[in-house]
Amino acid sequence: MESLTFLMQGFGTALDPMNLAFAAIGVLLGTAVGVLPGIGPALTVALLLPITFKLDPGGSLIMFAGIYYGGMYGGSTTAILLNTPGESASVVTALEGNQMARRGRGGPALATAAIGSFVATLIATMGLAFFAPLLVKVAIQFGPWDYFGLMLIAFVTVSATFGSSPLRGLTSLAIGLWLGLIGIDQLTGQARLAFGVPNLLDGVEVTTLAVGLFAIGEALHVASRHLFNDEKPIAIKGSIWMSRQDWKRSWKPWLRGTAIGFPIGALPAGGAEIPTFLSYTTERKLAEKPEEFGQGAIEGVAGPEAANNASAAGTLVPLLTLGLPTSATAAVMLAGFQQYNLQPGPLLFVQHPALVWGLVASLFIANVMLLVLNLPLVGLWVRLLKIPLPWLYAGILVFACMGTIAANPSVVELMMLVAFGVLGFIMRRYDYPIAPVVVGLILGPMADSALRRSLQMSLGDPMVLLQHPGSAIMIAIAAVALLAPFVFKGLARFRHDED
Amino acid sequence: MTTPTARGLHRPTLVIGLALFALAFITWRDASAMQIRATYGMGADAASYFVALFLALMGAGHLVAAFRWQDDPGPTDWKAVGWVALGLGSLIAALWFGAGFIIGSTLLFVFTARAFGRRAWLADLALGLILATGIFLLFNKLLTLSLPMGPVERLF
Repeated sequence: MESLTFLMQGFGTALDPMNLAFAAIGVLLGTAVGVLPGIGPALTVALLLPITFKLDPGGSLIMFAGIYYGGMYGGSTTAILLNTPGESASVVTALEGNQMARRGRGGPALATAAIGSFVATLIATMGLAFFAPLLVKVAIQFGPWDYFGLMLIAFVTVSATFGSSPLRGLTSLAIGLWLGLIGIDQLTGQARLAFGVPNLLDGVEVTTLAVGLFAIGEALHVASRHLFNDEKPIAIKGSIWMSRQDWKRSWKPWLRGTAIGFPIGALPAGGAEIPTFLSYTTERKLAEKPEEFGQGAIEGVAGPEAANNASAAGTLVPLLTLGLPTSATAAVMLAGFQQYNLQPGPLLFVQHPALVWGLVASLFIANVMLLVLNLPLVGLWVRLLKIPLPWLYAGILVFACMGTIAANPSVVELMMLVAFGVLGFIMRRYDYPIAPVVVGLILGPMADSALRRSLQMSLGDPMVLLQHPGSAIMIAIAAVALLAPFVFKGLARFRHDED
Repeated sequence: MTTPTARGLHRPTLVIGLALFALAFITWRDASAMQIRATYGMGADAASYFVALFLALMGAGHLVAAFRWQDDPGPTDWKAVGWVALGLGSLIAALWFGAGFIIGSTLLFVFTARAFGRRAWLADLALGLILATGIFLLFNKLLTLSLPMGPVERLF
């Protein structure tokens, strides 16, 4: 129960008027940027990171929590009104939500998404506060071999198991690992793939990679396409509020979505899209009128949106307790922690309890603020969607480049940003998943040093990985997860159009 | 690679596969040139060898996949991509030659707007200038982040 005391102290920090203001600014900025088409939560956080550079760690982490949750919220608004999901996790929301908007029920769709997100995030954040200290107790005994096993699982599940094509997912991961090699090796001081360029010795910045892949890549991709498809935001007609029947049809999907989303997000398995798809199929099976699915069924918005947010809060569990980012957003969040020289992991809870619990408390506060501020402001956010596309993308590019130069004032860094943009464009064009690149860049060097530390401790004997039951089990899970899609592909010949 | 392609050969997949092989080769070369050795277990080169093998394996996968049916990316407006590239190029050039953040960002804004079909050059120029100046003032003065200076920035 000591975590409850810590949490109360956290609320003490977070309720300080200055910190409340930071949280409010974060929520508003996060929503405003997240609502822009093509910008998902990962990019929202990456774009807004430079703004928090010069604030003190406590205040800016709180602002950061607001940006994160605000970005999640804004993403679903775009998916519903514009049918352009900013990230794969809102694809399912777009399915039914956009149909509802087309039928003049955009208001209730937004409302069920918002309230569902609130309920899911509330429960999932409570789950985080409850499970994180327990996990920390286990994690503090982890050896480097256990971390290595965990990272293998994260690699495989992010890239191969759940994607549409294992070949493309693994290729993305390989590129991420390759980028992770660049720079000076932490254990020996050996430079890898630096080619004598001083800027490369420090390695590739996660934010530069994320902004390049997501913002510049997306802008190039949309520019190459916009002549051929033209989506206009759908005006919200009729009442914004949910009817009594909407409530009745929504509350169970919210809870079921949360129950599906949180555990999957909290496992080091990544992939926020899985819980949303699972929730969607569950709701379709349980619905009283399954024929409404595909035509704007409110359950199909309520469930997946809750699942999406619950799993997003769930990914904070491995991020905070183990330092393991399992999604692109979590990877960017980790970069945010590192800019204040904070390394998430079991030690963070021991060394900076005030900071961690202040963050958890401000997640609760950001969640409440989102609901209170954003439901009445929905009209304002919809107006943001009407910014003409040329100005929108021109502004995004200017802001993206600004953030990179502000963080790292050099032309080389800007060139790397543009190079990552071209990479992101090619990957989008040929349907390669982007998240494995970002996760590979962060986890690659961590896995490398975990493995080498294990081998140093065992005097070079690789069996150390199999002698410890924890790491042996995790490596087995990773192997199964890697081989499963190929085995299933062999069994199910009808999926021959893969790759 | 100018030889006529076999029927059903998917050129982009083939090119990506070859690029992966090239990357693998570079990585392998880099690893074999490393000097520092570890006392126990693996050195810094082991991860490089692993990634090189991984990349080569993926490259081989692409060569196989290139002969199977592929989704076509659909029509592409290369002119628009060119305009965005020109915008990004102007920003890089502006910083390279010391013209500063505001001029570079304004050009980036104007060319990107052109890529998305705008032709009102003057209006966009004005808007881009206002936006870039606003960002510069906000970040340089309020948040004390140093954005690259040029002749325009020194006026403030």
